[in-house]
Amino acid sequence: MRGYTCKYLRINLTTKEIKVEFLDKNNAENFIGGRGLGTKMYMDEVDPKIDPFSPDNKILFVTGPVTGISAPAGSRYMVITKSPLSGTIASSNSGGFWGPELKFAGYDLIVLEGKSEKPAYIYVNNEHVEIRDASHLWGEVVSKTTDTLKEETDPRAKVLTIGPAGENLSLIAGIMNEKDRAAGRSGVGAVMGSKNLKAIVVRGTQKVEVFDKDKLKETYKVALAKIKEDGITGSGLPTYGTAVLVNIINEAGMFPANNFQKSSFSNAEDISGETLAEKHLIKNTACYGCPIACGRLVHIGDGEGGGPEYETIWAFGSDLGINDLGEIIYTNQMCNEMGIDTISAGSTLAVAMELYQMGLIKDEELDGLKLEFGDSGSMTEWMKRIGLKEGFGAKLAMGSYRLAESYGHSELSMTVKKLEMPAYDPRGVQGQGLNYATSNRGGCHVRGYMISPEILAHPEQLDRFATEGKATWTKIFQDLTAAIDSLGFCLFTSFALGADDYAAFLNAATGTKHDAASLLKAGERIYNLEKLYNLEAGVKPEEDTLPPRLLNDAIEEGASKGMVNKLDILLPEYYSERGWDEKGIPTESKLKELGID
Amino acid sequence: MVIEVRLFATFRINRFKIKKIEIPEGSICKELLYIVGIDHNDVSILMINGIHSNVLDKLKDKDIVSLFPPVGGG
Ligand code: SF4
Repeated sequence: MRGYTCKYLRINLTTKEIKVEFLDKNNAENFIGGRGLGTKMYMDEVDPKIDPFSPDNKILFVTGPVTGISAPAGSRYMVITKSPLSGTIASSNSGGFWGPELKFAGYDLIVLEGKSEKPAYIYVNNEHVEIRDASHLWGEVVSKTTDTLKEETDPRAKVLTIGPAGENLSLIAGIMNEKDRAAGRSGVGAVMGSKNLKAIVVRGTQKVEVFDKDKLKETYKVALAKIKEDGITGSGLPTYGTAVLVNIINEAGMFPANNFQKSSFSNAEDISGETLAEKHLIKNTACYGCPIACGRLVHIGDGEGGGPEYETIWAFGSDLGINDLGEIIYTNQMCNEMGIDTISAGSTLAVAMELYQMGLIKDEELDGLKLEFGDSGSMTEWMKRIGLKEGFGAKLAMGSYRLAESYGHSELSMTVKKLEMPAYDPRGVQGQGLNYATSNRGGCHVRGYMISPEILAHPEQLDRFATEGKATWTKIFQDLTAAIDSLGFCLFTSFALGADDYAAFLNAATGTKHDAASLLKAGERIYNLEKLYNLEAGVKPEEDTLPPRLLNDAIEEGASKGMVNKLDILLPEYYSERGWDEKGIPTESKLKELGID
Repeated sequence: MVIEVRLFATFRINRFKIKKIEIPEGSICKELLYIVGIDHNDVSILMINGIHSNVLDKLKDKDIVSLFPPVGGG
């Protein structure tokens, strides 16, 4: 099988055993790689009822068949485990260079088992793999850890690491690579921390063989032309990054503010992509092999570093009523150093501010820090305290749902399945609300990015307030995304590329004979598999929902005034579109059709 | 009648961010675009008062028109 290295590492941190195993061909064919293959392997090996922090839990780092080959933005790896935050399957995705480097070292994935007695890191240098002591790095921030590990191993090595938040088992801890790229969501950093594993350093020098080099070249040429021609991937993303969305979403009156108490922010311009470009940007940056280059390198004080994404600007901006972009950049940097998911952290701070506003959180709990909407002076310090689990920071470190629940108001938590929802108010965009409610990892925007057709006119403009047809669109977007995430592509390529382009890449890389329909079918298989996992893990079907505020309280002003999310209409249509029963459980005949019965 | 025009992303280059523009009663968006100097083919998203609209849609006094070139994120 080409496109894959066909080998993977199994590392047991308890016994210190390191094994090289061979990829199962059937699994690769049916579940592609990345998110699909990782979920399948994880489900085959781990009891779904497991405590995510048990040494018997495993965590997988999985590339796809296009990761590290000559494919545009084939930069991705997936972290697969059970989420300690949501109890769902966690598949957290990151770009940068680490994933490709793992392939160059000769491995498609790493399966990590057990728990190290002392802090440890793993050094993979082609065929030489070692478990090393990391006691000297425990407690260190991400940039220092990364620099030290490069010095200790190879300056060209790629470093994936957790920060203090992961070590301290914060449920909103992510995993960082190349300092500012994050497999951010679902608390995967805490699972790594529970294993006493600080980092995985990889150095690889081998080439990944593909099935048909010429065909791949040709496919690349066609895809690159489409990416360059498309307005979003060719110029919008490179020029402004994702932050350009601030103004669009705000104009549409669905840019949540103050923990979704409001749906537009009068100071949006101050924190917009345009302002970021004008006042803070040094240059744009790219992940491995990416012609889009949406990354931002920005001034941070006297230094420089990765700039905030749209979701981050929202989380520390309007969701907290804050319009100080400089402070948002600092806070983003603090999250990167501590290894914290910015979306979850901002949203958790937002619900805390609402609870404070209601008088439920008292000043005595805050050790002198502020917790008021609009006050930007304390948020960077809050991130530090989350990472270190200090004082009230320890409560914030448990995420929005558990925090709100502990004050008797879980309904104020803007989460789905306990994962914090990002920056689009689903009252003003019906299909995206359906996607939030049915996403297999909880409140996530990139499981089926309905913003694309409902707001960005890509591939066509849908009426964002309408419910008709949204179930069909959402299913297709979710299935296609599952395939893209499994291939190893960055999802942003999908603004320009379609299922047939992705199928062509998979075929050229691996020799399969996919077309658009069969690739979507594979995506559907993966989506159903994840759903099965969640059900087996104990996630209840009725958790396919949205916070009551978004279902019952109409937006009071702005362009989406009067709207609620009509999930009661959308959900039955969606289940029927998926071939699931009325409770949202995949039917036997559907599973049989997909070959996962 | 007076229309408030808001430009975003690259549309701002050598133009403006926000401007009030006087146009004849009954004008449509396409005519407004002509005055602003933006080719309607370059417009990816056109909103009137925050609602996605069409270049042929009629405007009324005090409408806010927001214009975006192709942009996206996630
Ligand atoms: S589009 Fe952005 S996130 Fe995606 S691979 Fe390129 S630089 Fe990385």
